[in-house]
Amino acid sequence: MTDLLTVAGLETQFRTREGLVHAVNGVSFNLKEGETLGIVGESGCGKSVTVMSMLRLIPSPPGKVVAGQAIYQGKDLLKMSDEEIRHIRGAQISMVFQDPMTSFNPVLTIGRQLAEPLEIHNGLSLQQAYDRAVQMLEMVGIPRAKERLNDYPHQFSGGMRQRVMIAMALICSPQILIADEPTTALDVTIQAQIVELVKRLRDELGMAIIWITHDLGIIAGLADRVSVMYGGYIIEEALVKELYANPTHPYTLGLLNSLPRMDETDHRRLYSIDGLPPVLLEKPNYCPFAPRCAYAVEHCWHENPSLIPVGPGHTVACWVDPATGRER
Amino acid sequence: MAEQLQALGRKTTAGGAPLTATRESLWKDALRRLVRNRAAVVGGTIIVILILAAVFAPFIAPYTYDGQILKDQNTVPQWILNLFPVMKNYAKINNNYLLGADYVGRDLFSRIVYGARVSLTVAFIGPIISLIIGVIYGSISGFFGGRVDNIMMRIVDVLYGFPTLLFIILLLAFFRGTLARPEPGTFSYSISQLDAQMGGMLFIFIGIGLTAWETMARLTRGQVLSVREKEFIEAARTIGASNLRIMFRHILPNIIGPLVVAETLAIPGYISTEAFLSFIGLGVNPPTPSWGAMISDGAQVIRTYPNQTIFPALALAITMFAFNFLGDGLRDALDPRLRGTQ
Repeated sequence: MTDLLTVAGLETQFRTREGLVHAVNGVSFNLKEGETLGIVGESGCGKSVTVMSMLRLIPSPPGKVVAGQAIYQGKDLLKMSDEEIRHIRGAQISMVFQDPMTSFNPVLTIGRQLAEPLEIHNGLSLQQAYDRAVQMLEMVGIPRAKERLNDYPHQFSGGMRQRVMIAMALICSPQILIADEPTTALDVTIQAQIVELVKRLRDELGMAIIWITHDLGIIAGLADRVSVMYGGYIIEEALVKELYANPTHPYTLGLLNSLPRMDETDHRRLYSIDGLPPVLLEKPNYCPFAPRCAYAVEHCWHENPSLIPVGPGHTVACWVDPATGRER
Repeated sequence: MAEQLQALGRKTTAGGAPLTATRESLWKDALRRLVRNRAAVVGGTIIVILILAAVFAPFIAPYTYDGQILKDQNTVPQWILNLFPVMKNYAKINNNYLLGADYVGRDLFSRIVYGARVSLTVAFIGPIISLIIGVIYGSISGFFGGRVDNIMMRIVDVLYGFPTLLFIILLLAFFRGTLARPEPGTFSYSISQLDAQMGGMLFIFIGIGLTAWETMARLTRGQVLSVREKEFIEAARTIGASNLRIMFRHILPNIIGPLVVAETLAIPGYISTEAFLSFIGLGVNPPTPSWGAMISDGAQVIRTYPNQTIFPALALAITMFAFNFLGDGLRDALDPRLRGTQ
C-alpha cells in the first residue's frame, strides 16, 4: 500500500504570556491508504495540535507551525494557499470533534449543516445535497432520516449527534478521516456503538483514519498502528498487536499499567505514573519523560533520544531497555 | 409541567403515546412568545396603524397638510375649549378642525397624520443605515480580531466623541445657506437639490448615519467575538468553509437576535433625533409637517393655544413608546432567559 500522507518534522509553537510553548516538537509519521492510525497520549501532549497543524487550523497568532511538511498526494499541505487547503478540508481530509454538543451550529437545521460540505466542494444544489444527506444519515444509523433533516441539533442526543457529525465528515467521501477524541464526551455504551459504526464505515468506504484518543482500550480494537505521544514528541510507534504485546517505552508501559483490568480479583490501588505532565515552555535537551521515569539513567538527562527501531515496524525513543533496565 | 412541555414545542397525544417534537424554527418560536406579550402586541398594533396612517394619509386627513385658510387661524373646536376653559376668553370656535388649526389656519390633525410619514421614514431608514454600516464594520472587526480589531475600534472610539450636531449645523449652513446660493452644476448645488427633493430629510439621515452605526458596530463586534470562538465555527472551518460563508452562514444567524432587538430599541432615538433637529429648525423644510417642527411652532403659543403643542407631542410620545414596547417584547421573545432584565 502506498503512503497517503507523510508528515515529517512537524513543529508547532504557541506564543503565550508565559513564554513560547513548544506544543509539537518534530513529529513525523505516515499514513497508508485505508489504514487506521491511533495517536495516544495524555492531555496536552500535542495530539490534537499535530493534526490541527496539518490542516492549518491552528489560530495564528498565537500559534505557528515553524517547521516540517505534510505531504498529501504529492503536495505539501503546509505550503498550500489558503484557497487550496480549503478545498482539501472537508473534501479529502475531514474531521470529527470531541464534543458533538458544541460542534453544531445551534441555529441551523441538521440538513443544512450536513449539506454544507457538498455545497462548498461539489457545488450541489441544496435539494441534491439533501438526497445525499439522507443516504448518509441512513448509513450512520439515524432512523427517519428524511424527517430528521429539518431538526435542529438540540433535538438529537449526544450519541446521535456524533453519528451525524460522522455523516457530515464522510459526506464528500474523504480519503482521510481525522477523529479527535470522538468518543470522549459519550458514555461507554454509546462509545462502543460509535467505534463499531466507524469500523463498519471504514470497511464500506475504505478511507484512512487517524484516531486521536487517550483511551488505549478503544485503540486496541480499532487501529492498525499506534503512535504514542509525550510532551510534543512521538516516543513509540508500533503495530497495534506489537505495542500491546511488547510495550517498550517506560511511558507506554506506565499507560498500559494504569488501565484498570476487568479480570482482576484482588483489590489494589490503581496504578498511576508519578509526577505531572511536562510544562512545554522549553524544548528539552534531555528525555522529556526522564523526570517521571523509573528507569532513567544518567544519559537520559543529557540527550533527548530519537526514535530507534527495536523490532519490525516498532520504533521507540528511549535510551534504556526496560526489559533489562540497562542502557541500549 | 404541561406548560413547560408546551414551551419546549412538544405535545403529547392521548393514551400516553410517545412524545413527539413539533418542528419549530427559532423565528416561529419567537413570534409565538411575542404574541403572548401584551405590551408588545399593543406596541406592534400602534406601529401598524401608524404605518397605515402614513401610507394612506391623503385618504385619512380631511385637509391637505399645507392648505392655509387664514381666517381660521388659531381656531379651536368646542371639546378642547371644554378641556381648557381658560381659552374661552379669547379663542375662536371652529368645529371643522378636529384638533384645531395652527397659526396660519392649517388643520392640526391632517398635519399630524402627514407628520407620521417623516417620523416613520426615519424609523425605517435609520436602522437600515446603521445596520448596514454597523454590522459590516463590526463583523470585520470582530471576525479578524487582533490588530485590525484594535484599529477599527479605536476609530469608533474617536468618532463617538464627534460633535455630530455641530457638524450637521455646519452642513446646513453650507448647503442651505440663503446668502450664497451654490452655482448650478457644482457638487454643493446637487447636494442642495437632493436635500430639497427629499423634503429636507437628507441631513437628518446624514446625522443619524454618522452616529447610529457606531453603537451597532460595537455590539456586532462583541457578539461576533463571542461566537467565533465556538466549536462549531472550527467545525465549519474543517469542512472547508470560506471566511465569507462562516461569517454569513454560521455567525450572523447566531447574533441576529440581539442585533434586531438593539435596533428596534434604537428606533425611538432616531425618531427623537429627527424631532429634535426639526424642533431647532434644522430638520425638514416647511411646509412638510414633522412632529418636531409642529411642537416648535406650537411652543410659541403654548400658553394661549396648548392644543397646538400637546397633540404633536402626544403623537411623538405614543410612537416612541410603541417602538420601545415592541423592542422589549422582541428581546424577551428572542432570549427568554433575559426576561425582565434591562
